[in-house]
Amino acid sequence: MVQAKPRSTVEAAVTPVNRRPKRQLPWPLNLYQTAVGKKWVMAITGVIGMGFIALHMFGNLKMYLGAAELDHYAVGLREIAYPILPKENALWLMRGVLSVALVLHVHSAFSLWAMNRRARPMGYQSKRDYIAANWASRTMKWTGPIILLFLAFHLADLTWGFANPDFEHGAVYNNVVASFERVPVSILYIVANLALGVHLYHGAWSLFQSLGVNNPSINWLRRGFAALFTAVIVGGNISFPIAVLTGIVG
Amino acid sequence: MDLTLKVWRQDGPQARGRFETYPVQGISADMSFLEMLDIVNERLITEGVEPIQFEHDCREGICGSCGVMINGKAHGGHERTATCQLHMRTFKDGDTIVVEPWRAGAFPVIRDLVVNRSALDRIIEVGGFISVNTGSAPEANMLPIPKEVSDAAMDAAECIGCGACVAACPNGAAQLFTSAKLQHLNLLPQGQAERWQRTVAMVEKMEEYFGGCTNHGECQVACPKGISIDFISYMNRDFIKGKSLNRRLGGQGLAK
Amino acid sequence: MVTLDARIPDGPINEKWESHRFNMRLVNPANKRRFTVIMIGSGLAGASGAASLAELGYNVKVFTYHDSPRRAHSIAAQGGINAAKNYQNDGDSVFRLFYDTIKGGDFRSREANVHRLAELSVNIIDQCVAQGVPFAREYGGLLDNRSFGGVQVSRTFYARGQTGQQLLLGAYSTLMRQVGLGTVELFPRQEMLDVVTVDGRAAGVVVRDLVTGEVSSHAAHAVVLATGGYGNVYYLSTNAKKSNATAAWRAHKRGALFANPCYTQIHPTCIPASDDFQSKLTLMSESLRNDGRIWVPKDPADTRPPNQIPEADRDYYLERMYPSFGNLVPRDVASRAAKRQVDQGRGVGPKRNGVYLDFAEAIQRLGRKEVEERYGNLFEMYDRITDEDPYETPMRIYPAIHYTMGGLWVDYNLMSSIPGVFVAGEANFSDHGANRLGASALMQGLADGYFILPYTVGDYLAGLLGQKAPGTDHPAFVEARKGVEEQTRRFLSIKGTKSPDHFHRELGKIMWEQAGMERSKAGLEQALRDIPALRADFDRDLRILGTGDSLNDSLEKAGRVADFFELGELLIRDALHREESCGGHLRIESQTEDGEAMRDDEHFSYVGAWEWTGDGQPQALHKEALTFENIHVAQRSYK
Repeated sequence: MVQAKPRSTVEAAVTPVNRRPKRQLPWPLNLYQTAVGKKWVMAITGVIGMGFIALHMFGNLKMYLGAAELDHYAVGLREIAYPILPKENALWLMRGVLSVALVLHVHSAFSLWAMNRRARPMGYQSKRDYIAANWASRTMKWTGPIILLFLAFHLADLTWGFANPDFEHGAVYNNVVASFERVPVSILYIVANLALGVHLYHGAWSLFQSLGVNNPSINWLRRGFAALFTAVIVGGNISFPIAVLTGIVG
Repeated sequence: MDLTLKVWRQDGPQARGRFETYPVQGISADMSFLEMLDIVNERLITEGVEPIQFEHDCREGICGSCGVMINGKAHGGHERTATCQLHMRTFKDGDTIVVEPWRAGAFPVIRDLVVNRSALDRIIEVGGFISVNTGSAPEANMLPIPKEVSDAAMDAAECIGCGACVAACPNGAAQLFTSAKLQHLNLLPQGQAERWQRTVAMVEKMEEYFGGCTNHGECQVACPKGISIDFISYMNRDFIKGKSLNRRLGGQGLAK
Repeated sequence: MVTLDARIPDGPINEKWESHRFNMRLVNPANKRRFTVIMIGSGLAGASGAASLAELGYNVKVFTYHDSPRRAHSIAAQGGINAAKNYQNDGDSVFRLFYDTIKGGDFRSREANVHRLAELSVNIIDQCVAQGVPFAREYGGLLDNRSFGGVQVSRTFYARGQTGQQLLLGAYSTLMRQVGLGTVELFPRQEMLDVVTVDGRAAGVVVRDLVTGEVSSHAAHAVVLATGGYGNVYYLSTNAKKSNATAAWRAHKRGALFANPCYTQIHPTCIPASDDFQSKLTLMSESLRNDGRIWVPKDPADTRPPNQIPEADRDYYLERMYPSFGNLVPRDVASRAAKRQVDQGRGVGPKRNGVYLDFAEAIQRLGRKEVEERYGNLFEMYDRITDEDPYETPMRIYPAIHYTMGGLWVDYNLMSSIPGVFVAGEANFSDHGANRLGASALMQGLADGYFILPYTVGDYLAGLLGQKAPGTDHPAFVEARKGVEEQTRRFLSIKGTKSPDHFHRELGKIMWEQAGMERSKAGLEQALRDIPALRADFDRDLRILGTGDSLNDSLEKAGRVADFFELGELLIRDALHREESCGGHLRIESQTEDGEAMRDDEHFSYVGAWEWTGDGQPQALHKEALTFENIHVAQRSYK
């Protein structure tokens, strides 16, 4: 369509804050060149992340069945889709998907944040009074980085092991207990999971909006789903350090 | 009632603005907010101070001209209420009222509380219409439209283009405005022929000027017409479809 | 010397427009590009006219003082739009709509124009539906209709209580489509302050940028004014705050005749003013009178709350005086009756300036739920403004100025007495006679814009083929620009003590007092003395702060108020000369024995068109006789 030229001195004062991409990338990359597309990607990658977090939490419940069960579960993860695929291939595939999803999730968040800052170069000079925007929705840009930093520590602690002096490869149960017996680590873990909960509470509702899943017959369920999902995940995750510290597990 | 008014004063688009404080005495609770500003202006003129410039016209909540942040809330934050429909009885004697213009990169301040909202018109002109030339319309009742569909389109069409959604949005996004304009036409059978190109064109134009949606929902409570963020969801879906569908071979089936 | 030639085509009434369309000259597509048309105003008539002309291929420039074309006051119309579709099979037809409109206008409009309007009404609905206007529908998916004051068929199409908004957004969207295509150039926040004529023809306009104060000229082959009515001459009206008559008035001063200014419409159901600083009046839909009962206490000294006044002490005066129509008498009759009650001291409310509109009986009869279904949004609006709950206590209502039937005189082609200056919508005088029927204003605005201007402007332009339009360096433009700049300087240099709003309010009081619902010779003559005195005070004591080169609301206002002074005076003069009562114009000297309006067809069956003769001079009256060949002229009665 025709690019309109400014028509009066008033209009000339309004200039676009975001540049249009110089050339359109081929589908589906062109989706990612728009903010709506980025939100879509954020939602999809969020769903992937939610799936991972849910499985991770449910898998770790094995802890309550004892060391053998948990360690056996960890071995089982490496044998997913075996013998169709060689051992660990499926695991690496999942790790790949998760890593890409994480990078896209973070990148889309960061570029939307930058876009939103350009959209309001001068903020309100008086105090804002929000009505609908809740604490969760407005702290996404803080809970996100907290979770990201925690993730790095969590991997170093229980996957790679260099943040855990008692780490022993393959001894999952012992590693977890050893880690959570350090009180600061348990506190960090609990705080990070609360941040995750806040993040999930907004994200698990928000994804329906971003993906355009909207139907009056299910809309009433969306908030409930987000709350329930958050409660289950955070409740399950936080139970682990508490169980270790109180001696229920160990 | 007696009030203290803190108003943003800015002499021109390039000038530096600041808050000025004006004590306001003897305001009747039955006045509208804009009538209160009228009185303040009458008094300022008498005192030799230039009156506060603010945008207004119909004063019955339909033209969309008025709109300021009142105590940090767009249009004062009452449900389905534009600034001109806000009455002083919602304030208490002795209150301090802070009045600030809409803030967004695409809404530069022209003077005091008046901002330039022409970016909204730029979004409309790339697709906010059904291309039908005068005289080429078929008989009106040729095309039955289910009442539910017509009502939903009307819900979206109620948008008055005041810009409160942009002002209230923590991101300065115009998604509620754009989605309301889009879905008014996209829901109707008459709008199907241009549905996908309309959606893509208007969304991309919107993104040149405004921020992105992060689903705070602040816009729908600020909207003086109570337009729902459900329309944003429909817009998101239509946009991805519009970018992905094969329009040449999809035929009528595309209009799903 | 001006001659009034309405250029009404020959032939039977139902063939006039058809044959005229054939006889009008056409401009071939390649030549259309060579013509520029200026549209002033972006309401229903302006937006639809500009878009339609641009679709044809003309270069169109649209000017509006709003920040966006969508703000025009057409947007505030609530009720609906009439069309002779006869979807309800209740006996409607083009001829019936034509007949109802002529009769509703109290036999003071042109037959040919009104018949054309009725014919085109049908096309308007088609056009609007195709644009996506979400009119109300029935469950079967077809368009719904409702009935509206003063007629016996259901022919009104509506979109909730926001019909005007939806129609305007439709016209606005077609306009913006043309803006996007580059065929319309849009100039927001620009106010037209003069029409420029060269050799007696339209040559362009002078506009002022409201943000920068810059005065600029634009040349064109034709100028269309679609600038709305002059109801704000009364200060308090249901019009928007910025609605004004400046564009029309400046055209009048350049030679366009102003017709029937005394025909003003008072709407009976508005919310009464609450204090002296009231800035405007809010209309409540006329449909409330379908179920509400209007009354006042019998005893003026009765100060009990309405719910405690027993039936015996209430006067349902409309039901008493007009037993057959009761509360459903036409707008002008209901308004006058309310005024008389208030004048007799029987007004209600804190300022004793209203009458009760009571739904207690309706709630008893229909149930609260049904009443809520029918009027819920209106009740909510009333509650919001007055803080009184209409379900519990009766509403208070009072009449207010709502619409002006008078306006710039135009011929059948909508061209004013200045060749090349066209006038459309409420700004012209053409179709409603002395009183407009409900839901007809939207119809007229869109008929003018979509279906009349594209032909008649083309016909005029065809005659200009090969002629170059005078450029903006022509002395006429320079002189007009100077005049506009000089006015700004003058307002800023008075440095008095009173704001433009003060003068506007005072003018409004005079107008409402002497030329409101009832007009008398003595009162009108008094107004002719009061207005110039106030005007002199204005010229001496106006205070405009700030400068002319930035946004300055009071400076804009001053120019509009100055024009309202002159227009108000003309309105008074027109009312004084028309010694009969017709439609919205009631002279107390011309009433039947029982206080009803009495027309004088023998002496006043004409359009009174006034010619500007210079500053401080009374305008000269020209008469265009009205003849009725298709309708039997009769006195209205609602007893």
